[in-house]
Order: sequence, then structure tokens, then C-alpha cells
Amino acid sequence: MTRISMTVDGVRYDDDVEPRTLLVQHLRDRLGKVGTVVGCDTSNCGSCTVLLSGTSVKSCSVLAVQADGADVTTIEGLAGADGELHPVQTAFHEQHGLQCGFCTPGMIMASVDLLTENPDPTDEEIREGLEGNLCRCTGYQNIVRAVHAAAESMRTSVPSTPEGAEAAEGVTT
Amino acid sequence: MIPAAFDYTKAASVEDAVTALAAAGDDGKVLAGGQSLLPMLRLRLAAPAMLVDLGGLAELRGVHDDGDALRIGAMTTHDEVMRDPLVHEHAPLIAQAAETVGDRQIRHLGTFGGSLAHADPAGDLPGVALALDAVMSVVGPSGVRDVPASDFFVDYFTTALGPGDVLVSVRVPKLTGWSTHYEKFHQLAQSWSVVGVAAAVRRSNGSIAEARVALTNMGVTPVRARGVEEALTGAPATADAVADAAARALEGASPLTDGTASAEYRTQLAPVLTRRAVMAAGGV
Ligand SMILES: Cc1cc2nc3c(=O)[nH]c(=O)nc-3n(C[C@H](O)[C@H](O)[C@H](O)COP(=O)(O)OP(=O)(O)OC[C@H]3O[C@@H](n4cnc5c(N)ncnc54)[C@H](O)[C@@H]3O)c2cc1C
Ligand code: FES
Ligand code: FES
Repeated sequence: MTRISMTVDGVRYDDDVEPRTLLVQHLRDRLGKVGTVVGCDTSNCGSCTVLLSGTSVKSCSVLAVQADGADVTTIEGLAGADGELHPVQTAFHEQHGLQCGFCTPGMIMASVDLLTENPDPTDEEIREGLEGNLCRCTGYQNIVRAVHAAAESMRTSVPSTPEGAEAAEGVTT
Repeated sequence: MIPAAFDYTKAASVEDAVTALAAAGDDGKVLAGGQSLLPMLRLRLAAPAMLVDLGGLAELRGVHDDGDALRIGAMTTHDEVMRDPLVHEHAPLIAQAAETVGDRQIRHLGTFGGSLAHADPAGDLPGVALALDAVMSVVGPSGVRDVPASDFFVDYFTTALGPGDVLVSVRVPKLTGWSTHYEKFHQLAQSWSVVGVAAAVRRSNGSIAEARVALTNMGVTPVRARGVEEALTGAPATADAVADAAARALEGASPLTDGTASAEYRTQLAPVLTRRAVMAAGGV
């Protein structure tokens, strides 16, 4: 057993784990974060995507011990404390960016990561940016629409800091 | 699936890693980004008894200016490499290949050194290292040694690294006045190269003064296309001359048949992709 501690969705957890425990197993089976799902055994589908220290990773392809000391955000940690959905969640809902919903937690986390780097992606950049996430239902069209809508709403949302206000002024149409 | 049980240690220094690996012998394995190793452990294609994690070694991360060369730490991720200003200035071929690796999630964790050490024939960085005459800096039980790329890739998934060896950094000579291109042919987004071609070209007036070309997935190891390089040296920078030179891409190559493509298919692809890579690199 190896002692690890990590912050998941804002809460710190200390646990003893077997070194072979995958991060996704730890999140789901130990911490109850079942919003993060497993869709494949081959590191391809991306449905298990979480943010590890701020960037997207496939949690089925990381050992829990590798995440020792890290800050992890899962789909369950995106909404505000008051339950208000993250703009990417809202956009997937409104644009119908899902059918069965299995790929959705990973799609949303990957989209959050993409929009952090590129707040105004083109269609092409969205498709490339989400190449690590597979969807067997939607044909991706509405997913691309949802990411555009989320980008738009994040760029024009009411900024909470004075620096944000200045930055947002330039992009508000 | 879940990997078979193993012991785990997080190395506190390179020496610490070498000691732990040497003690484990053939049963020990380095864990870098885990983006090749974890899938193999999960499918139980590998079952090492001891994993030595280099994840805590900040000294193995980053790109440094070493005068006439760059020194790239083995644990620098694909994502870091492809954004690094020194890489863009002095070895853009590495950035061009790194950005074709897998997807964002894989590039956030997978490392430059891990790709070289893994030596997958379909891996995109080994061919680039070969084309750029990179030199691997290795620390092992008997000390530090330098291994040129031409001696590093030994066989299918096999390098000059022995038990107890850690690849710590890679020295990449700066190319000044060259332009480069990595041409990758793959069937799906996110997937590996069926064939890839790394090309670097130095032009002088209307002709090609020098060229470096290496092929991905045209053999068990990356292949330096010396015949193409020879034919390009001094050739006019025209589409015809490049096509003639590219026809020699198969010299020294012995492509495999695998689940993705047949050897025959790869044989057809290599000259075409070589032509495209050299044209793009040379601005022809
Ligand atoms: C879905 C998917 C798609 C991918 N697509 C591509 C692609 O298109 N092109 C491509 O090139 N790669 C691709 N990869 C692989 C990716 O590039 C990996 O990052 C890389 O092959 C291994 O790097 P790593 O740091 O993850 O190494 P690990 O997985 O940690 O290690 C791989 C092997 O190298 C050894 N090793 C690692 N670092 C060292 C070191 N410093 N010293 C000694 N030994 C070491 C390990 O012991 C292990 O045997 C893909 C992977 C996945 C999962
Ligand atoms: S479950 Fe992680 S990539 Fe498919
Ligand atoms: S909505 Fe069903 S897999 Fe994407």
C-alpha cells in the first residue's frame, strides 16, 4: 500500500492505495466520483477524462499514485456550489450535444481544457481538440455546436474581477 | 482491466532511480508518462515486478540551450516540447512531430524520453531523433554515457538501454538555416503513423545543399533514408528532382505487415510521403 493525498473537486482525500490502482478506479470506487466513466480498455475513448493539475488526462491511463499531491477536477466538480451548471455543461444541454450521454463527462472535461487554451476555436480546432474523445451516438455535429456556444457564453459572461471586465469588453459584441 | 500487482517507488533522484532499477534487474521498469506503459499493463502485455516513477524529478523536465545544441529533458511532455520556443527556433521538426502524437490528453502526460525509450516502430519521435542526429544521455549502474540515435534504436521495441539504465536527456544539434517538415499518414484522428517521414532541408539559391530524411514505421527501427539524402544533395529544388530522389526511399527499409497495413501498402506510401515531406520542408 502507498499513502497518497489528492484534492478532488475541492476536497482533500488521504488514502492508502495499491500501486496498481488506476486513478479512475480510485475516483469511482474509493471516492464515489462515479460521474467519471470508463468506456474502453485501450486509452482511446476519453470518456474517463478529468483535469489533473489543470490539464486534461485520461484517468484510466494514470495510476492513482501518479496523482499523489495533485489537484483533480472531475465532471462532478464543475458546477458551482449553488448547483449552477458550468457554461460547457449548459451548452451541451441546450445544444443537445449528447444522445446516450456516456461520452459526455469526458467530452465536457476535454472541452473545458480546450477552451482554457483557446477561448474562440474554429470548427476544425474543436474537432482536432476533441480527437481524444469518441462518441458513438451524435455524429459530433451537436458537440461542435455546443463547444461553440460554450465558448461564446464564456467570452461574453459577466466578469467577476476588474481585470476580467477589461478583457471581456474587447470581445463583447 | 487492472494491471497485475507490482511494487512502486517514486525516485527522489536519478541515482535513486538507477539503484532501484538495478536492484530489480529484468523485473524493473521506468514509469515516465505512462501513456504507453499503462495501456500495456492494463492489457497485461507487460507485468513488471517493480515500477520506478520518474514523475517527481523536475531536473528531467524542460528544454535548455546548450550552445550549439538543445538539451531536452527526458520527462518533458509532448505538450511542453511542441510549445517550447527554443524547440521552435532550433529544432522545429520535433515540435511538428510531437503535435501529431495521439491527442491532447496523451500529449499532456506522454514524454519525449518515454517515446524514444519505448521505441515503437510506429512512434513519431524516434525517426525525428534519427534525422536530427540526436544523442541520448543515459545514466546507468556503470555511470553516464552518450548514445547516438543511430546506435540507440536496436530492434522492435528495443533500444540500447539495459536494466538499470535511465534516459535522462537528449542532445539535439541546432539546425541553422534549415527548414523542416514531418509528414504523417494515419487513418484515424488520434492514431499512430502507418508511415511517417521526417525531413530537414537546407537550400542554397535554387538548389538543395543538404537534406536529412528518416522514415517512421518502415522497419523494426526508424530508418535513415541515406539514398534520398544523397540524391537530394546538390539537386535543383524542383518537383521533378525531389520526386526522383524520393523514389530511393525504400533503400534500407524493410516494412512490416501489421493490423494497420501491409508491407506492400507501406512500400507504396513511403516514396509518396517522402516526396511530400521534402517538398514541404524545402518549400519546393
Ligand atoms: C491512444 C494513444 C495514442 C497514441 N498515439 C501516438 C502517436 O500517434 N504517435 C506516437 O509517437 N505515440 C503515440 N502514443 C504513445 C505516446 O507517445 C507515449 O507518450 C510514448 O510512447 C511513451 O511515453 P511515456 O512518457 O508515456 O512513457 P511510458 O509509457 O511511461 O514508458 C514507455 C516505456 O519506455 C520506458 N521509459 C520511459 N521513459 C524512460 C526513461 N527516461 N528512461 C528509460 N526508460 C524509459 C518505460 O520503462 C516503458 O518501457 C499514443 C498513446 C496512446 C495511449
Ligand atoms: S476509458 Fe479511459 S480512454 Fe477509454
Ligand atoms: S452520446 Fe452516446 S457516446 Fe456520445
